[in-house]
Amino acid sequence: MKKILVVLMILVVLMTGVFAQGSKEAASEKFDPSAVKGNFDWKMYDGSEITVLFSDHTYASAVEAKLKDFTDKTGIKVNYSSMPEGNYFEKLNVELASRSGSIDVFMTGAYQSWGYATAGNVEPLENYINNASLTDKSWNYSDFIPGVIDALKWDLKPGHPVGKGSQWALPMGWEVNILTYNKKVLADKGLNPPKTAEELLSVAKALKEFGGSGTYGLAVRGLPDWGTIHPAYMSLYSTWGAKDFEVVNGKLVSRVNSPEAVAMTEYWVDLVKNGGAPQWASYGWELCGADLGAGKAAMMWDADRGGYTQNVKGASAQAGNLAFGMVPYPVSAGKTEADMKSNLWVWSMAMNSASNKKGPAWQFMQYFTSPEFMLWSGTEGSCTDTPRTSVLTSQAYRNSVADAEGYYEAFSKVSKDASIFFTAQPYFVETTTEWAKVLQELVTTNKYPSVQVAMDRLKKTMDNIVADLKVE
Amino acid sequence: MGNNNLGIKKVDLNKVPFKVRVRPYLIVAPSLIITIGIMVPFVMAIWFSFTNYSFQFPTHRFVGLDNWVNMLTSREFWNALKISLLYGLFSTAIEILLGLGIALLLNSLNNWLSKVLRVLLVFPLMVAPVTATIVWQLMLNSSVGIVEKLFNLFGLYNFPWAASPDTALMTVIMIDVWINTSFVILLVLAGLQSLPKSPFESAKIDGGSAWFNFKNLTLPMLKPSLYIALLFRLMAALQEYAVIFALTKGGPGDTLMSLSLTSYQKGFTFQKFGSAIPYILVLWLIINVLAKWIVKRQRIAQKQASGLEG
Repeated sequence: MKKILVVLMILVVLMTGVFAQGSKEAASEKFDPSAVKGNFDWKMYDGSEITVLFSDHTYASAVEAKLKDFTDKTGIKVNYSSMPEGNYFEKLNVELASRSGSIDVFMTGAYQSWGYATAGNVEPLENYINNASLTDKSWNYSDFIPGVIDALKWDLKPGHPVGKGSQWALPMGWEVNILTYNKKVLADKGLNPPKTAEELLSVAKALKEFGGSGTYGLAVRGLPDWGTIHPAYMSLYSTWGAKDFEVVNGKLVSRVNSPEAVAMTEYWVDLVKNGGAPQWASYGWELCGADLGAGKAAMMWDADRGGYTQNVKGASAQAGNLAFGMVPYPVSAGKTEADMKSNLWVWSMAMNSASNKKGPAWQFMQYFTSPEFMLWSGTEGSCTDTPRTSVLTSQAYRNSVADAEGYYEAFSKVSKDASIFFTAQPYFVETTTEWAKVLQELVTTNKYPSVQVAMDRLKKTMDNIVADLKVE
Repeated sequence: MGNNNLGIKKVDLNKVPFKVRVRPYLIVAPSLIITIGIMVPFVMAIWFSFTNYSFQFPTHRFVGLDNWVNMLTSREFWNALKISLLYGLFSTAIEILLGLGIALLLNSLNNWLSKVLRVLLVFPLMVAPVTATIVWQLMLNSSVGIVEKLFNLFGLYNFPWAASPDTALMTVIMIDVWINTSFVILLVLAGLQSLPKSPFESAKIDGGSAWFNFKNLTLPMLKPSLYIALLFRLMAALQEYAVIFALTKGGPGDTLMSLSLTSYQKGFTFQKFGSAIPYILVLWLIINVLAKWIVKRQRIAQKQASGLEG
């Protein structure tokens, strides 16, 4: 009898644990930002304590450097932690899904926020922004560059463009994807900086082993994850006129096997095979930047700041030799400089919807996105991709980037038409990971008889992934 | 008034102080708590494998065998199973053979060099696998890697290592062997040093060759240690995640997408736990069956080495 009782007790404990999961509710206390009244005061949450989780990055370092100033101004203590980008989002996914409110503010990208917002894991910010009792007058929402702040708005409807709906995050910095080249290497070889996709291909091929074994023409990312698709590849893909998805009869339908997409991917495979790193398939942004800085790669097409940081005096062996180009456009596809498109990446900060300290968390967010902080971070804190117009147009900012040849011109010009060219949908990470895997297979194997066959198969995979999404 | 099987009257048991009566329960409590700690997530995992549980949606529902059927009918699963088995079997086999060979050499040397080598050979075990992999990644890099420079001396340039599907599996196994062979060496060395000396002395008097001694004395008596090494290494190798993830994240393509990596990617990257769990449950089943078989063989070998069984 006792044995039966013990077994029953264990089963009850087990089953309670199992089924309690299904009905778990968010643990956060209700906080209505619209209900906060009175004058704004930086000390209104004096004595509070918040937890912040960031990914290791220049933007995060700038925030970390000014944490003491924030605490002095607000009286809010910050438990700050950061971790390498490699596993950051996986860790964040678990923290957010637990709905425990263990972190109050976190770093995210626009693409990831689509998934978090769909899951209800991020707090919409418009009621904080629009409440003068919660937001300092000098914070100035309208000062954010429209394309950048709009990239973090979405109405939660798959297939709908960004720019409408709730504000899910605030920008810390943003990146356009442009060509960086080693002007010394190109000059030594008598080559001109490429402007078109065709020129890029021929220059990259000409620079194969330009400095001996292991040196190569163009560094681009190649790991099997979303990070390989979004920078250079997606920029050229969009410039070529291709799209990832289209809405057909209320469903998202992949267009990766369209003629433009296939032509661009054929070009890309040729470019990587004949002008890329010998171990391209294991290259993330860190290795791309390192090879450019070490003089192993003559050019890099990646986030602008990847090249910029290598060019800072003392940062790399090639510092001072690097210059900046734009987005190479395909003349063979009838495109001109006016068609240049750079896919946009926005590092941003968001608030956990399960946070129990939303007031103090909002103070943290507005302090570290304020014009005052961003002028400092943009000019002295190495965060050159400033999301604020007032900083971008300031003389102090121009002076700070003056040493990087062509940087200001490229950043200013390309950023005008830069946008997120992916279709907003919650399965972004999965669809782009599958995309990157196929790209790897095309470059490193003979698995497919043609690029068309590979992209046809990828289309089916992507259609299956998004099959349960309904577009209104 | 009956007696229990120890011959103590029940009435006497009731007179035992509470502190003494509760003692057996306290003794088993930690193991019970640990068992529950393991069983709760395990039972939950089985349950979630029948649901569409995802971090991306606030609720989930029962989907029956959908996740299992999708997994078993996917090319992804059979590829992951193949990669896990190849990785597990090859890395373990190489580590056992190499570890055995080096341990025999160190044991036979038994001089200052072997003492120094024993200390040096432990170093790879002291490095976290992810760190070791990143160091290897740099050493194998075609631009700055020292291995590339060595290969260049022999006229080999731009060896692709993990960047090519043809050499990626070999590369991760090589790194695994570098990290874990030390473990086998230590285990086998300990086994060798605990062997009785008299059988070897008798064989020496009878003029037994080195091969005869190894085949008929060392190996049979060493088998229990080898089975333990096999058990630990095979279990760990089948679950391998760190080396592959740090080196290629499973690429190129899906060349190195093992069961662990596929499950991790589906669960933590794509946030689809319902479809991730069947992969890890299959891995658990394979490891469980193999571990039971190895433990059984180890017991038999132990008896044979002790002369209890022919």
